Amino acid sequence: MKVTVRVWRQKNPQSLGGFVEYEVKDVSPATSFLEMLDVLNEQLIKQSKEPVHFDSDCREGICGMCSCMINGEAHGPENKVTTCQTYMRSFKDGDVITVEPFRAKAFPLVKDLVVDRSAFDRIIQAGGFISVTAGSAPEANTVPLSKYHSDLAMDAAACIGCGACVAACKNASANLFVAAKVAHLNLLPQGAPEKDPRVLAMVEAMTKEGFGACSVSGSCEAVCPKGIVTSFISRMNHDFLTAALKLRVHSARV
Amino acid sequence: MKLNANIPSGPLVEKWTRHKHEVRLVSPANKRKYDIIVVGTGLAGASAAASLAELGYNVKSFCVQDSPRRAHSVAAQGGINAAKNYRNDGDNVYRLFYDTLKGGDFRAREANVYRLAEVSVNVIDQAVAQGVPFAREYSGYLATRSFGGAQVSRTFYARGQTGQQLLLGAYQALSHQISLGTVKMFPRQEMLELIIVNGHAKGIVVRDLISGKISSVMADAVVLASGGYTNVFCLCTSGGASNVTAAWRAHRKGALFANPCFTQIHPTCIPVSGDYQSKLTLMSESLRNDGRVWVPKNAKDKRPPQDIPDGERDYYLERIYPTYGNLVPRDIASRAAKRVCDEGRGVGVTGLGVYLDFRDAIARFGEKVVKERYGNLFEMYREITAEDAYKTPMRIYPAIHYAMGGLWVDYNLMSNLPGLFVVGEANFADHGANRLGASALMQGLSDGYFILPYTIGDYLARNGVKRPSADAAEAKQAEQETAQRLNKLLSIHGKRTPVEFHKQLGKILWENCGMARQEAGLKTAIQQIAALRDEFWQNVIVPGSHQDLNMALERAGRVADFLELGELICLDALTRAESCGCHFRTEFQTPEGECLRNDADYAYVAAWEFGGVGKPSQLHKEPLVYEEAHMAQRSYK
Amino acid sequence: MNSLWKVFTTTIGKKAVMAGTGGVLLAFAVVHMAGNLQMFLGWGDINHYADFLKSHREALWPFRTVLATCLLLHVATGVFLTLDNRQRRGTPYEVKKLVGASFGSRTMLISGSIVLCFIVYHLLHFTMGVTNPEYLTFQDSQGRADVYRMIKTAFSGLAIAGFYVLGVGALGFHLSHGVRAMVESLGLRMETWASRIDKTSIVVACLLFLGFASVPLAVLMGVLK
Repeated sequence: MKVTVRVWRQKNPQSLGGFVEYEVKDVSPATSFLEMLDVLNEQLIKQSKEPVHFDSDCREGICGMCSCMINGEAHGPENKVTTCQTYMRSFKDGDVITVEPFRAKAFPLVKDLVVDRSAFDRIIQAGGFISVTAGSAPEANTVPLSKYHSDLAMDAAACIGCGACVAACKNASANLFVAAKVAHLNLLPQGAPEKDPRVLAMVEAMTKEGFGACSVSGSCEAVCPKGIVTSFISRMNHDFLTAALKLRVHSARV
Repeated sequence: MKLNANIPSGPLVEKWTRHKHEVRLVSPANKRKYDIIVVGTGLAGASAAASLAELGYNVKSFCVQDSPRRAHSVAAQGGINAAKNYRNDGDNVYRLFYDTLKGGDFRAREANVYRLAEVSVNVIDQAVAQGVPFAREYSGYLATRSFGGAQVSRTFYARGQTGQQLLLGAYQALSHQISLGTVKMFPRQEMLELIIVNGHAKGIVVRDLISGKISSVMADAVVLASGGYTNVFCLCTSGGASNVTAAWRAHRKGALFANPCFTQIHPTCIPVSGDYQSKLTLMSESLRNDGRVWVPKNAKDKRPPQDIPDGERDYYLERIYPTYGNLVPRDIASRAAKRVCDEGRGVGVTGLGVYLDFRDAIARFGEKVVKERYGNLFEMYREITAEDAYKTPMRIYPAIHYAMGGLWVDYNLMSNLPGLFVVGEANFADHGANRLGASALMQGLSDGYFILPYTIGDYLARNGVKRPSADAAEAKQAEQETAQRLNKLLSIHGKRTPVEFHKQLGKILWENCGMARQEAGLKTAIQQIAALRDEFWQNVIVPGSHQDLNMALERAGRVADFLELGELICLDALTRAESCGCHFRTEFQTPEGECLRNDADYAYVAAWEFGGVGKPSQLHKEPLVYEEAHMAQRSYK
Repeated sequence: MNSLWKVFTTTIGKKAVMAGTGGVLLAFAVVHMAGNLQMFLGWGDINHYADFLKSHREALWPFRTVLATCLLLHVATGVFLTLDNRQRRGTPYEVKKLVGASFGSRTMLISGSIVLCFIVYHLLHFTMGVTNPEYLTFQDSQGRADVYRMIKTAFSGLAIAGFYVLGVGALGFHLSHGVRAMVESLGLRMETWASRIDKTSIVVACLLFLGFASVPLAVLMGVLK
């Protein structure tokens, strides 16, 4: 099949960006979307032109590095898959495919389709962990945990940190990402001692990074490649409000 | 050069305990005076960086991805082994040790493997305390499952995402330290050179992948946790960013590279479907519990699989290995698949594939049960191939999966270059000639959480704070060499892309140094790779500059190093004139077609010293002396 | 985060304000609707009810103050968040498909604005008698204000009745998403309850719409004599 890709090209954050159209011929429907971009890039390199820059690593849908808005949808038209697991059979011969970077003020553009998602790392650094140092852990089976809560925590922990939730949200809100980590850790007995300071610190960091508010529209859940659900956001709201209302002084953690 | 593995004296079971007592310590007040560089943020790198920072050292952590959470450890599916004996099924440290040693076909260092089994239990404790959501029983206690190469159930897992969850645990520990300021994180930075000062590793040259800036970072010790090198085959289960550059640059500066030909083949991957393909995707080995592997008896039989009657199918694993059937070990299943495809009976468009059929399992248990057991894998298969494995058999083929070889390290995980430590898949130490399933995660985390933090202190205490400044002549020279190399790549203006060279290299290696190897093929491959490398340096095309983000330049630099490594892999395979584990030399096989080891001549670690590009590398041998275990012939008949 | 004020600097804090004030307004709407439905019981009951409310001035004004404050906070926070949210994208998308978001959720500002206009008109129309001062002179046979006649007179015109139906229609759309969002923002829409709450949200919206719209529609269709 033959497709035309309209792709956002921008050399760096300072320069002006715009769409450039490329034709990619002889694409097999079994090619993944990123492999189609690989083919395009091989053409460009051979013409001594700079390839279209995009992020990708594992190419099996788990590392969370690939992004891209494909025809206005984060990670493309298929449900619950990442861009790297989107295949060309989801498109038709002759299609014009518009490819844009994930857009949010909190995800500044780096080059072409590459954006900077380090805001997510800084939110995790604010409190997305259990402060246990190597060597101090008790025997693993000391604390039992109900299968229900364990499975629920795993549902939340499945987040790959790709940022599709932010890209799809009309407010560029990061609530689903933050909620997934808060829920994962706060649901576990191991995470209980730091429950309150964790959620307060992470929400404060999220606000500081410049993500928008949650309008509960559910777009994030619809595009999430790992099926993280919005009820985790409610769990975060609950933990946040109850922690805040305790009115304890939660100074910066040490 | 005399290789000293520095194995502590005493009985095997006491070595590590005794060693921990004997190593020198750095006092708490002095730890903050030391800087340590950690390259890579996978399981080994992130756990090492976090643990060292917890101890009080200043850590500088580097990764090529945009976030430390994306290292390729994230993709590990199955699980992590530990000798917890929660099932009361007779597991213990010694059994895990012996299974791992035997699984590696007796080509690993005994003392290292025993220590690995010993600390495996602490890794599970640590992970649970960090909030890793391992699968649990209804009782609320941890669940385990069985895995290949063991007769006990000792594999802990978090659905099919064990690697992801363990990595997130380590990443979160790392994030905690970053927030405390004890770790300084440098994402999107690639190590391009190792800096040696007075014979000690004292720094690295990095390129900021966004700005292109080349700079030196100095430290009191350098830890490489840069992962395996299987991407040298181009098509493998690795992530796109996995590369050998950090390890290879260290090798060029004098670090020995051990057992490079030990590369593992995984039998159940989705076959290659075309030239455009960028990677191969693994399907969990557990599928072979219920799936039956077959090919048509007649090579000319091109009917759809469901139309081929049983009488005209060759269930070759069940035929050749009646006892183990479809559950033979990875290397044996892989070689058998290659054999039937070589006979022209392979299936699919390329003829490189065999069927993994669930028809009988569905008839026996019903589709519902099969869905419960393997639903997510069938779904993944459907996404990639658009085929419904409930109706038509899956097509699978072996693919390169893991590198047992790597930089040579002693018992302290330090390479022959003082101050250079190597952890995780990047070192060679623990898996011998073949790695058992669910052992990679165990090794990476053991190295990072519980071994390196002890052994690195010994080196630092003995050597004191001797950190040269980034203006040192050695650093400036290394920076210059790096810049020259990048400029050279950009100035060739040839006709072939880095990816084309990479694919061709992968093809040469896969054909001659893949599942089956033989002398003539390896000799040809060495010549072909040398010729390809020469062509690369005259005919590669890399557009753009080195002063901003440049994917083509990154790839070109990595391919250049792979082109040197590829030759060493073949040389190692050629020199090791025996078959063991994954290294199958067709000249050395038993009458049944199994590996024929030669313990008298080859019970050693092959540690190669770089001799210069295109010049022969020098072989150093570390004899494998077993004090407790006995080298026996593996039999799975 | 060491003071309650800082909670309101976060988006979650602001959404909690929206949810809390929205909840109060929703409760008022339910009571208001129950009052309205007394129209169907005849003029005696509704006029008695109105008289009862007006005769408790000491409670009426505090009640009105609370309502007005909630409305003000709800509108102000809502407008602030909407404007703020629009800043968060930066460069807009060239192509953007709306996935997952319901019609109600995408039109909260529009439906909210219509409801606000409607409330203002409604206050001027019935409560203060600015638009139609004659309504305040209506008295029934017992000398009470004749609310029954006022409503009947007002809704016998198609334009006014239509506007009222439009207003409560907007309220319905607003609530179809608003109830769900309120429960979510207050942290109570968890796991297995999530889908039930989503459905309840729509049911509540429909009931309120039907309850409110039934009066003008009944007058228009001549059901109320």
